[in-house]
This record gives sequence, C-alpha cells and structure tokens, in this order.
Amino acid sequence: MAEQAQVSLDLTRTFTAQQIRQLERESRRENLGRAWYKFSRNPLSIVGLVTVVVLVLLAVFAPVVAPYPRHAGPFTDFANAKKPPSLQHLFGTDQIGRDILSRIIFGLRSSLLMGVVVLALVVPPGVLLGLIAGYFHGTWIDTLIMRITDIFLGVPPLILALAVASVLEPNLWNGMLAVSLMWWPWYTRLVYSLTSALRNEYFVTAAEITGASTAHILFREILPNTLSPVFTKMSLDMAWVIIIGSMLSFVGLGVQPPEPSLGTMVADGARYLPDQWWIAVFPALAIVVVVLGFNLLGDGVRDMFAAEGV
Amino acid sequence: MSLLSFLVRRLVHAVFVLFGLSIVIFIIARVMPGDPARMAVGARAPQWVVDRLRAQMHLDQPLVVQYGYWLRDALQGDFGLSLVTQRPVTRDIQEFFPASLELVLFSGVLSAVGGIGLGTLSARYKDTWIDNLVRLFSYAGVVTPSFVFAILFVLLFGFTLKWFPIIGRLSENVPAPPTITGLITLDALLAGQVGTFADALKHIVLPALSLAMGSIAQEARITRASMADNLNKDYIAAARALGVPERIVMGRFLLKPSLIPTVSILGLDIAATLSIAFLVELIFNWPGLARYGMTAMLHKDLNAISAVILVLGAAFILANILVDVIVAQLDPRIRLRAARSE
Repeated sequence: MAEQAQVSLDLTRTFTAQQIRQLERESRRENLGRAWYKFSRNPLSIVGLVTVVVLVLLAVFAPVVAPYPRHAGPFTDFANAKKPPSLQHLFGTDQIGRDILSRIIFGLRSSLLMGVVVLALVVPPGVLLGLIAGYFHGTWIDTLIMRITDIFLGVPPLILALAVASVLEPNLWNGMLAVSLMWWPWYTRLVYSLTSALRNEYFVTAAEITGASTAHILFREILPNTLSPVFTKMSLDMAWVIIIGSMLSFVGLGVQPPEPSLGTMVADGARYLPDQWWIAVFPALAIVVVVLGFNLLGDGVRDMFAAEGV
Repeated sequence: MSLLSFLVRRLVHAVFVLFGLSIVIFIIARVMPGDPARMAVGARAPQWVVDRLRAQMHLDQPLVVQYGYWLRDALQGDFGLSLVTQRPVTRDIQEFFPASLELVLFSGVLSAVGGIGLGTLSARYKDTWIDNLVRLFSYAGVVTPSFVFAILFVLLFGFTLKWFPIIGRLSENVPAPPTITGLITLDALLAGQVGTFADALKHIVLPALSLAMGSIAQEARITRASMADNLNKDYIAAARALGVPERIVMGRFLLKPSLIPTVSILGLDIAATLSIAFLVELIFNWPGLARYGMTAMLHKDLNAISAVILVLGAAFILANILVDVIVAQLDPRIRLRAARSE
C-alpha cells in the first residue's frame, strides 16, 4: 500500500512514497537542528551537558582514570591515613588511608547507575498507567489508578523509600527498588493530565472513527504527544534520584562498604570534622557537582521543548 | 459555607489517603521477608516462645484479619511496643515529635522570610547584580542536599567561627524548662526563662537553617518569577502612573497576588522538610522523630516504623489542607470557583 501512496499537499504536486520519506527525513533533521539551537542558546545548558558527559566518562572509565583504582575496594594503608590534600592525593586520604579522589570517581558509578536504573524502572509503568487512566477518563479504571496514585503522592517519597529500603537487605539494588516503588506516581500524574486533555483532540477521534485499536490510539496517537514533558521531567528527575540515592547511602541503606558511594563517604567523613575536613567535604562537593550538572542539563532540555507549545 | 464544604471534602479525601497509606505500610511491614515475632524475641529464644508471641500478635491468622487487628489498635493510638526502646511506640512519638515539630516550624519561618525576602529583592532589582547574586544563590540552594549544607554549616559556623553550638537542643548546663508544649523555645518563654530561650534558640539556628536552605532557594525563585510576571501587568503601571508610592506598589499591590504560588510550594516544602529532617537530625544529634524513625529503620523495628510513617504522612496531608485554605484566602478566584461549584 505504501508503494502507491500519494499525498497531495497542494493541488498541483503529488509525491511518491520515496519522496515523502525523504521529506520526513529532512524535516526530522531540521527539527533536530532547531532543538539543538534552542538548547545551545543558553551557555549554562552547555555547561550542564559537558559536566554530565565528563561525569559519565569518569564513571565508565573509572579503573583507568582513578589515580589509585585499588583504593575503591577493601584497601587499607594506615601509614597514609587522614593525609590532607597534597599532590599525591589531590583530595587527601580517608580514615584508613584510601585516596579520596579515586573513591569519588568510583562512587560516581553507583550514583549514576542509581539514576539511570530508577528512571528506567519507573517511567514505563508510570507512563502506561497514566495513559490508560487518562484515556478511560471518568471510568472505574481512572478512579482505581488515580486513587492509588493519590496514596503514594500523599506522603513524601523519601519516607516511604526509606521504609521499604529498611525492611529489605541493605544494598544498592534494593535501594533502587525502594526509590522506584515510590517514584512512578509522579509520571502517572503527569501523563494522566496530558492524556485527559489529548483524548478529546480531533486526531484521536479520527483514529477512533476509522476503527483503530485502543493500543494503536494509546501508543501511536497519544503517547508521542506526551513525550516531551516526560523527557523534561526525566532529565530534571535524574538530579533528584541521585540526591535521594545519596541520602539512602548516607544513612546506610544503600551501597554497602567497602564499595565507595558518595553518600556513605560524607556520612563517614562527618565523624572526622573539623580536623580532617576533606574526608567529608570533597564527596559532598562531588554530590553538588553531579546534581548541578544534571539540573543545568535538565533546564536546557526544558527550554528545548518549551517553545514547541507542549 | 463554601469553605466548610471545601474542608469537609478535603478531610474525606485525607481519610481515604491515610487509609490507603495504612494498607501500604501494613504490606511493607508484614509481607516483606522476616518474622516480626522472631525478630522481637531474638534468634536464641526457643520456638514455643515465638509461637506464643505469634498467637498474641495474631500473626497466625490471615493477612486481612491481621490488618483488621492492626488498624483497630492503630486507631486507638496503640502501635505496640518498640523493639529498640522497649516502650510503647505512642509514648516515644509523643516524646520525639515536639522536637521535630519545633525544628520544622523554625525552618518554615526561615524559608518564608528568607525566600520571600530574597525573591522580592531580586524582582525589585531585576537584572542588576543583586538579582544575579540572588539567582546564583537560589541555584546553589536548589542543587545542594540538606545534609551537605548541614556539614558545611557545622564546619563554618560551628567549628571555625564558633558562633553556634552544633549538638542537641540545649547546652548541658542549662536545665530544660517545664514541659508544656514540648517546644523548648516556647516552653522557656512561657516559663519566663529568657536565658534558656536564648540558649535553645542558638541551638536551633544551624539545623533549622540547613533544612531551610533548599526551600529558601526554591521560594526565592518562585517569588521572583511570579513577581516579575505581575510587574508587567497594566494595574501596576496604572498604580505607578497615579503616583502611588513605590513601597505600596511593591508591598501591597504586587506582593499579595505574587505570593500565591510561593505559599502553595512553601506548604509542600515545609511538609517535605519533615522527611528530609532525617539526615539533619542525625548530623546535629537532634532528638527528633526523624532520628527516632531512622534508628527504628536500621533495627527493623516495624511497629515504630509504621507509626512514624503514619504520623509523618498525616502531618504532610494536614499541611497540604492548610495550604489550600490559605491559598483560597489569598486568591479570591479560587474561593469563588469553590463557591460556584457547590
């Protein structure tokens, strides 16, 4: 059917399917170019992008980049314990002589992993439930899904995440699970409000009249129109998930020692204030840099989508 | 009338949410791995002791029945014994809640004053160095977790400058005032002990400020944006053209409508502070509910965990209702809409 498809944009010209595809490609390239232009107009967005790329590269290539890769594990060197920042150890060493810079670089891994995994676990079900509840607006399905969402949104996510994490075995994966369990309702709420409005649009009605399946309407007609706010929220949420992840490990419910994590390093270092301030302060600053990077990037993504009128 | 029916509707909703929350908590506490009876008596206790306790705790019955018993007790304010303190959880909460409340209230006041003040300043001097400074500060405040602020403050104001104490609610040589409300600053004032009040105030500054920083920043951003929005409206130009003093234009005409988004976010922030307080209370050794909850969580003390989450959830919901009422008072449009929809 696609071979013979002819779409007339004006009355004098017709296009073959191949030409249409060509046009589609061109307009996609143009859109990408325009999005990049909007994103790059704010230098802070570029700073955010560069920061995030550098952090990701550091995390991925940690064993190569870190000056003392062995210090990321169960390593002790009491002769060099609590050394202030120097040329050998730029950020100093901790209470058992491990290089803090190396541990921060390795600690980035669990922080970034936390953000990525939690969003990957949370967004699909959250969006799906929002689509369904929004499309069946006013029916019992809507009521059921949205009332359950209300319960989760009624309490600050950190508390429930802490509670779930505390009854599970404390480790990184259960920490991710706990945060994920509490995070999906935000996406359901967002997509629900978008879908409730979109379901009355003409293109949805048109699809319904032509007999399109519910799945087609949900995923091919409505879903693409909800994606830019979802992506914007995701890029801003990365920072939040990383903060909550560092809070979990701060109280001992996340990554377990000797595996390095920024939150745990701050918590351990807090005991050596004020004399060995570097043990706590550098990991704390690292958290701030990570969160700042993702926040700037997220703002850029928001600017990119904002002018599209979604 | 409309406010009343609005309140009733919100309260019904709150009860529903709390009911749902209680189910979630119950599921967390019971379906997760581990036998509460075994945990309560320890690994060495003989099996018959565990069995007797299981029967006492209704653990040998179906989950729905267990939930019924649990809810009945919880409604009567009975959450069982805490494994950690070996006392009724309700009594523990009564003891620890005021400390948290005091901290959260102080940080709320700081957020409101600081956030609205900085936001107004920023909007007033829009696009000058003052504005840029405030915006830089807000960005830093939003991206820095409260426990990082806590550590920096301890280091700077506690150890280096020695302006403020960094542990507990009162100095060791200062006797606690007679307990009336449980808020030490208020109790000291009520008892007329100015010295104690000053000491308690000094202790609360750093933890409250660490908690408030994020929301000060957030509030400043929102107030600035909303004031900058309203600043271009015709009625402001009209007021200025008519020669209304700038102080009144800013303070009365501009601030009130601009505060609506600030107040709604502020309420949510204050309620959320209750949960972030976990870390700050830990760092400052503040004997509050959050620290109690944290200890309970680390020891898998399920009775205490359930109670703390329910109390925090209830406080959060209550704060939200309060915010809606205040916003309705500030914004006649919302009030009118609520009245019309009756």
